[in-house]
Amino acid sequence: MFAKVANPTAAFAPGSAELQVQLRRAERSKKIWALVLIAPLFLFLAVTFVVPIARTLFLSVENPELRDMMPDLAAALQAWDSDGTPPDSLVRTFAADVLTAHENRTLARVGKRLNFSISGFRSLLLKTARRMPPQDSPDLLAELTALDKRWGERRYWAALKQASTPYTVEYLLAAVDHQFNPDGEIVEKPPERSIYLTVLARTAWISFVVVTICLFLGYPIAYLLATIPTKYSNLLLLLLLLPFWTSLLVRTTAWLVLLQNQGVVNDLAIWIGLWDEPVQLIRNRLGVYIALVHIMLPFMVLPLFSVMKGISPTHMKAAASLGATPITAFLKVYLPQTLPGAGAGILLVFILTLGFYITPALVGGPSDQMLSQFIAFNASTAVNWGMAGALSLLLMVGVAIFFSIYSRLVGVRDLRLG
Amino acid sequence: MTLGASVQFRGVSKTYDGQALVVDGLDLAIHSGEFLTLLGPSGSGKTTTLMMLAGFEVPTSGEINLDGRSLTNVPPYKRSIGMVFQNYALFPHMTVEENLAFPLQARGVSASEASARIRRALEMVQLAEFATRRPAQLSGGQQQRVAVARSLVYQPSLVLMDEPLGALDKQLREQMQLELKHIHQSVGATFVYVTHDQDEALTMSDRVAVFNDGKIQQLDTPEHLYEKPENAFVAQFIGENNRFTGQVEEVSGNLCRVSVDGGVTMLATSVPGLLAGSRSAVSVRPEVVAVDPIDVGYDNRLTTQVLETIYHGDHLRIRVRIAENDQFIVKIPRQLCSGPYEVGQPCEVAWMAHDCRALLDAPE
Ligand SMILES: Nc1ncnc2c1ncn2[C@@H]1O[C@H](COP(=O)(O)OP(=O)(O)OP(=O)(O)O)[C@@H](O)[C@H]1O
Ligand SMILES: [Mg+2]
Repeated sequence: MFAKVANPTAAFAPGSAELQVQLRRAERSKKIWALVLIAPLFLFLAVTFVVPIARTLFLSVENPELRDMMPDLAAALQAWDSDGTPPDSLVRTFAADVLTAHENRTLARVGKRLNFSISGFRSLLLKTARRMPPQDSPDLLAELTALDKRWGERRYWAALKQASTPYTVEYLLAAVDHQFNPDGEIVEKPPERSIYLTVLARTAWISFVVVTICLFLGYPIAYLLATIPTKYSNLLLLLLLLPFWTSLLVRTTAWLVLLQNQGVVNDLAIWIGLWDEPVQLIRNRLGVYIALVHIMLPFMVLPLFSVMKGISPTHMKAAASLGATPITAFLKVYLPQTLPGAGAGILLVFILTLGFYITPALVGGPSDQMLSQFIAFNASTAVNWGMAGALSLLLMVGVAIFFSIYSRLVGVRDLRLG
Repeated sequence: MTLGASVQFRGVSKTYDGQALVVDGLDLAIHSGEFLTLLGPSGSGKTTTLMMLAGFEVPTSGEINLDGRSLTNVPPYKRSIGMVFQNYALFPHMTVEENLAFPLQARGVSASEASARIRRALEMVQLAEFATRRPAQLSGGQQQRVAVARSLVYQPSLVLMDEPLGALDKQLREQMQLELKHIHQSVGATFVYVTHDQDEALTMSDRVAVFNDGKIQQLDTPEHLYEKPENAFVAQFIGENNRFTGQVEEVSGNLCRVSVDGGVTMLATSVPGLLAGSRSAVSVRPEVVAVDPIDVGYDNRLTTQVLETIYHGDHLRIRVRIAENDQFIVKIPRQLCSGPYEVGQPCEVAWMAHDCRALLDAPE
């Protein structure tokens, strides 16, 4: 009758294995639900975001021109060990393919690719095609060298070989100011042709300054917004967001009007006697900072505001009643509670500024151009997709490095974006 | 034991909008070491009074003294007054320990001394094992106790509490009321406590100040407030109360005869200052009324009939009509219940004149 029964509480003894399993099961179903809920967004992101980015990055290693337009030459170059002078058979294949490509009007595109490795290669190719020596000449290489002595230089043939592989890291190397030498070794570019690392550093520095200014301007604004009565704070928020009502281009152009030498600000300053001569406020770093801070400020204020809104005003009273001076109370009670918002604002503004394009392009001078400007230049003006892709990758790596350092220092888990 | 501080309010008034006086000419002396409760309906100015004492609001006129020194130009952080807020106001980014260390650091207490004091304070509220938790990981009652511990850890001589038990359920409230009372006895500081719950005020306090419309209606011990309310508001606000209004016919000594509207005459204890011919409010507590008493010595004895009976477990309530008042409640303890009281059944109710007070004003 009195069968032994398991003690029902034993199953849930503190720290028991069963209890842990139960907990994990409960958590797992929660996680599955969360996944189901974000699935549509995930698909959307995959189609519209991940795929194009992956494609762009892929462009940075593709090397199709020579293989598509001059397949025979590409095969011959692959067989050549690139030591010493090119063999006669290779030169003859080259001459034949150049003529064919010239006829097919594809030579210019190959030339453009080669121009990336050695500038002037394009015109050299076109010139050679126009004045190609007879194919049956006994020493074609000598004839070519006679036509243009650059054909006697090994680096031109080495560049051809570099262009014949299916994939290349040439663009990626160029993005960090490196290149191949004729022996196929990776070397630094000569200083006069190194630009991208400087541009990356400048981009990071501009972003850093903009973040710092935004933080110091935005913190008091957010504090004001969070502490005044709601009816005023709503109005002020609206004003803060006013810039978003017009297009970025309009706003940036407005800065041009305001800040130029004969602009409103200069006229006003001279009129009230702040300075005597027009001061250069635009097309320099100052202009970039002014315009960028203006655009980025809301991204700093909003997360700060939302965090500050959640801090009970009694905390400051409590701190005072506990004997803390207003400064101590602010530093130890208020400030720490706003850090998640400040962190989110810093992250947002920094990453947005890193990739910003239009504003620095319009209000900055030649030495204030940021990385995105060069991506845009390569993608639209120079039509060099390889370089555009490589620079995009550089920017992404920059952001990723910043993010990882940042999360190490601040902890992304505590961020509050809104 | 700390020596409790004494506080004097002298003619303190406060208005927020320049029109209504939220606190109106407050004169109040709080004795050293006592547990004083400010009790009153919502909006009667209790929090405002407390905030002026803590320094977060400035009196529009009048003066507040702490231990004989004027507080007028002393900022809150220099007043050294312990405070427990209604929503606890624990710092969410600090652990329990760090919350308690905060006031000690602000006072430059050495680390070793601080940790000893923190341990003692946490032991006092029985939370020693929760020292490293964040406030969000504690229950409401535990947070409340941390708030109390934090307000006491630096041994202030005056502790203010603004409805600290407001968010707790009934059982926990009652338990915490007792704990607070014991803590008060053991630390010796003066406690000023705000509540609108009369039970809380009566069980915990040495004295209670009943507030209404920014004025103190009566300042007295719980016993006196309950048994000898000085005006109709206090009688109404504290405890249950059957009320009549009427005309005073005759006053002799501390007894008087009141002719209640609706044609009944009652013998009652008169408060000082009651004059024959004036209007008065007569208050009778439900538990002083006897039903069908055998004893004939009662001063007031009326025949009526049962309108309703309500079962309350430990006691029974009967509703009857007397004069114009058909909400007259009689409370009969269970062991004194004699027989079933059927609705419609005639009965006699009776009470003594000293259990029944004729009060000054008769607010409608
Ligand atoms: N900061 C303020 N500005 C304007 N009016 C206020 C302010 N604080 C309180 N009041 C008004 O003052 C009156 C008294 O408020 P108080 O907070 O002192 O009441 P209370 O007795 O604590 O009430 P409760 O029991 O509801 O907490 C109320 O009418 C309230 O509306
Ligand atoms: Mg209040």
